[in-house]
Amino acid sequence: MTVLIHLALTFGMLSLLAVGGGTAVLHEMQEVLQARYHISPEMFVHVYSVGQLAPGPNMTMVLIFGYQIKGALGAFITGIAFFLPSSILCFAIGRLWNRIGDTPWRRAVQNALEPISIGLMCSGVYAVARAALSGPLSIGLAVVTFGVILRTRINPVYVILVAGAVGAGFKALGYH
Amino acid sequence: MSQPPLHQAVSPKAGDTLVAQAGGDSSVTNIQQNVDTSTKPTATLWELFIEFFIIGAVSFGGGIIAYEKILLTEKKNWLNDDEFMASLAISQTMPGLNSVNLAVLAGDRLRGAWGSIFAVIGLILPGAAFVMVVGLAYLAGKDQTMANLVLAGVGAGATGLLAAITAKIGVRQFTHMKSLMILIATFILMSLVNLSLPYVLLIMAPVAIFLYRPKSQTGDTTS
Repeated sequence: MTVLIHLALTFGMLSLLAVGGGTAVLHEMQEVLQARYHISPEMFVHVYSVGQLAPGPNMTMVLIFGYQIKGALGAFITGIAFFLPSSILCFAIGRLWNRIGDTPWRRAVQNALEPISIGLMCSGVYAVARAALSGPLSIGLAVVTFGVILRTRINPVYVILVAGAVGAGFKALGYH
Repeated sequence: MSQPPLHQAVSPKAGDTLVAQAGGDSSVTNIQQNVDTSTKPTATLWELFIEFFIIGAVSFGGGIIAYEKILLTEKKNWLNDDEFMASLAISQTMPGLNSVNLAVLAGDRLRGAWGSIFAVIGLILPGAAFVMVVGLAYLAGKDQTMANLVLAGVGAGATGLLAAITAKIGVRQFTHMKSLMILIATFILMSLVNLSLPYVLLIMAPVAIFLYRPKSQTGDTTS
């Protein structure tokens, strides 16, 4: 029971801190999961990767952590805790917004939050990279993926699947 | 606001509908537009659920906002372009996933609180089901070497993807001095000083808001 309350509080907190999207809290999530629930950085990256292959909002992967920690109920609580608080806040602000309209201060807050959320996304990249990149092979795959996605309009799912196949092929042959 | 690639992908279509509306429907809807506060388009809860469910099921590889834009402003005419951009700005400024927040706002506009609930559940359900099936297979077979081999490569690819998306969304922030300094300071506090996120926000938000405070007269503060 206490585990479920902890889960709800942890992911509810992350929900309200996810300024600019879920990637802003990746670093914090990884550290909390490791410190409190002993989820290794490697497992974090694997689950995150599965989440990237899924359709829909890219943070549904939090359900897997919930399941790992406390079974089906854990997954359910984690999902509610991660998606509900931010949605309620947005709902309330959306209604408020219709009354206030555009003001210079609202614009100032938005301009101020944008670079912060990009900075947090960079921390997310850093957190995932630290766990996922372990040698020349994985670094090479990451760099090629980065270039391909930046330069083309290919669906990222295909690029990631090819990276998985290439990585598996090389590793099976004994390269790292 | 902060998604240039998206706007590129979506804007030509948006332009098309504008033209189409101006040319075709205007005579029909004239009367209603004059009393625009009462012209909320109609949608049933089931319709909201199923349309967002479809987006949640087909949006492999991201770009959900683009799908939502097409649904809300083109396929269904549930929002006009202005309403969509205003909703998008709120979605991006508020915490939470932009695509989910947008579903919250669109659902509320069409059917109130229940509309939000049905839209969000529809959007999340397919991905949640996918993640549970694949995730449980992963948790069950953690020791299988083949899965680990593949996931190592997938993890590397996902890292590249995340970096590329950050670079795309952050183009404006990376290329302006003021925003770049805020961005770097945020990264340093979070990743190198290892402060926890609430402290990072408590430090950076007031500083950044002060730097971007409205100028007293002009009021135009673009980054």
